[in-house]
Amino acid sequence: MATPENELAFDGGWDYAPAPESTDHISIKKRYELFIDGEFVKPEGGKYFETVNPATEERLSRVAEASTADVDKAVKAARTAYTKVWSKMKPAERGKYIYRIARIMQERAREFATIESLDGGKPIRESRDIDIPLSAAHFFYYAGWADKLEYAFPGRKPKPLGVAGQIIPWNFPLLMAAWKIAPALACGNTVVIKPAETTPLTAMKLAEVIADAGLPPGVVNIVTGAGKTGADIVEHPGIDKIAFTGSTEVGRIIQKALAGTRKSYTLELGGKAANIIFADAALDQAVEGIVNGIFFNQGHVCCAGSRLLVQESVADEVIRRLKDRMATLRVGNPLDKNTDIGAINSRQQLDTIQKYLKIGKEEGAEIYQSAARLPKKGFFCKPTLFTGVSQSNRVVQEEIFGPVLAVQTFRTFNEAIAKANNTPYGLSGGVWTDKGAKIFKMTQDIRAGVIWANTFNKFDPTSPFGGYKESGVGREGGLHGLDAYLRLEA
Amino acid sequence: MGSANVTTLPTAGRLPDLSRVPAVDEVGVNERVARFQSRSIKAKAKIDGLKLTLAMIDLTTLEGQDTPGKVRQLCQKAIHLHDSMPGLPHVAAVCVYPTMVSVAKESLKGHDINIASVATAFPSGMSSLDIKLNDTRIAVEAGANEIDMVISRGAFLAGDYQHVFDEIVAVKEACGDAHLKVILETGELGTLDRVRRASELAMHAGADFIKTSTGKIQPAATMQVTLTMLQAIRDYYYETGRMVGMKPAGGISSAKLALHYLVMLQETLGNAWMTPEWFRFGASSLANDVLMQLKKQETGVYQSPDYFSKD
Repeated sequence: MATPENELAFDGGWDYAPAPESTDHISIKKRYELFIDGEFVKPEGGKYFETVNPATEERLSRVAEASTADVDKAVKAARTAYTKVWSKMKPAERGKYIYRIARIMQERAREFATIESLDGGKPIRESRDIDIPLSAAHFFYYAGWADKLEYAFPGRKPKPLGVAGQIIPWNFPLLMAAWKIAPALACGNTVVIKPAETTPLTAMKLAEVIADAGLPPGVVNIVTGAGKTGADIVEHPGIDKIAFTGSTEVGRIIQKALAGTRKSYTLELGGKAANIIFADAALDQAVEGIVNGIFFNQGHVCCAGSRLLVQESVADEVIRRLKDRMATLRVGNPLDKNTDIGAINSRQQLDTIQKYLKIGKEEGAEIYQSAARLPKKGFFCKPTLFTGVSQSNRVVQEEIFGPVLAVQTFRTFNEAIAKANNTPYGLSGGVWTDKGAKIFKMTQDIRAGVIWANTFNKFDPTSPFGGYKESGVGREGGLHGLDAYLRLEA
Repeated sequence: MGSANVTTLPTAGRLPDLSRVPAVDEVGVNERVARFQSRSIKAKAKIDGLKLTLAMIDLTTLEGQDTPGKVRQLCQKAIHLHDSMPGLPHVAAVCVYPTMVSVAKESLKGHDINIASVATAFPSGMSSLDIKLNDTRIAVEAGANEIDMVISRGAFLAGDYQHVFDEIVAVKEACGDAHLKVILETGELGTLDRVRRASELAMHAGADFIKTSTGKIQPAATMQVTLTMLQAIRDYYYETGRMVGMKPAGGISSAKLALHYLVMLQETLGNAWMTPEWFRFGASSLANDVLMQLKKQETGVYQSPDYFSKD
């Protein structure tokens, strides 16, 4: 066990000087309009809302709030573009447009990354190395499918659905837009998409890219707004398909609204994934996987490994190493290239996380937080562990969507599986072991859409993603992701 | 020595159960190393890191063609890294063959620079224990206060861990007060799992430092191997409370790479190891690249390599 004599010290010492990404190269307009029918248009109601930098609480821009009339206009533009242009276009031509979006996005990657971090609070290292490259990769990947759909579904005639209404969350703003738009376009659908109200800026930059790429007007329409705008999209009779990523709570409302309609839908909702560490695992790499599982993107990840299940015989060792690793996580300015944990996305989300920290303590869990010094302004949260918890604790059951990990132990393989599956969610899971057979058994027994073995939070456009149970319906990504935007005729 | 030592080193003299050493996943190690390399070290942090790097260098010449003259030159460089830049540290040690130790001792008289000597039939270690121990004693008697020994890789790979362990214990004893660095020659061990086990074995046998390579085998030091060894040092420290030093050697010739190593050291073992007492770079050409970078930080421009002495 740790004693004062053999504890490692990480505080003080050689400190990295600030290394902020510059913002000279980007331009953010004072005001953003709606992108409808290939043009930037003012909202009918004349209303705008603010988007702030969560690291400084300063206003970045004002963004149009789409009214019911604006959504109607967008859906009509999408319908016209669908019937007159996009569904009639040769698939290879459609592919060319999508490739063009991907390439422009790559060229402007630095700008996208900087704005993503400014608007959403995620560390520049992640937006630069993960969000933006993956977004471009999704467009590249689905561009390739545009003229090969018949090979994807042999013996069937794939037909587009029509107009897709898409509602995306604030945790991966551009990446989720890419996940939604790229397959929809490749399959011949047109799109009305609503970015989250706290992170609309990269979507508006994407609107510029789409305009620059010369996409026919109305193929992609971007309507900014809050829940009401989303509801307008869901309820609009001119929509053929709804694709939603967000909370299980809102997902339920959407599913109710869609019941009895002819609209098809995919829902990608919450999660409370188990990250399972067996005693025979490569423990240091497993610790790294725990960190990537829960502290990636401040824990604002639906597939985050927010429940750690560690085999009893190595639990103390693993937790000790994890605490030492947490001591080296740098929390602060998202634009600093050395920041590991950036800002919590919004005041509201910070309140939610803090509510859970309180609940955890009140329920008797032992809380551990790193010694990180938080900036005075902005929304920040220290990386946090809860130990001494069980399946009956709310911090084990409910999605916190923050840098908060609930730690439990297990003895046997079956106990690990039982605990992993004892949740209403089923989005993802992780298993760490040196034994291949255990990995295969684990992947069969855990009821979750994605299982990572000896790694965590790895994404690729070729791999399907989606949930069981209350984590959602349908799959995005890969071949499966095409299916969600097609009607397969015999 | 004796019983007092046994109480501070609870497992000394006993081969540890190497089956309990955690597995190492190479893919994960590569990812962690990439994270260290993505740290951006600028301004004061860079200058401090570069100066620390200089102070951690074991300036090395280990050639069959070494002469007393060459070793004197090396010592001169060790003392006078670049006198036109005031405030520079001197290197931690010079590292030479046993026959050159007396020359180095003479040249470094009055300076606080350690004399490291390779021993134990370096670099292959293919000799009898008697010769290895004599080799060690000769170097120590000539004035070396640090001994860099090689392990018997053949025995280790054959699974004869006790043999390797006993050899290190014997060499440690022959060192007397001299510090013992144990070279694992990781380029011959083949897997990170073996590197981790060999590290544990060497530390339990009494190593003061563990060192990656002789510099005679490729690959020599890599960040992956060094990270694995640093994690073994951490585990040993958790278990025993005894600090063990780390020396990557061979292949670290750029200032940028050296800074990546320091990031890795700091984020794996913490502040206490960030001194020449606990970390060394075994290198011959690293010093000049670091000096060039320091000059660049000072003046804003790169100078020709011809402005930096090569010895």
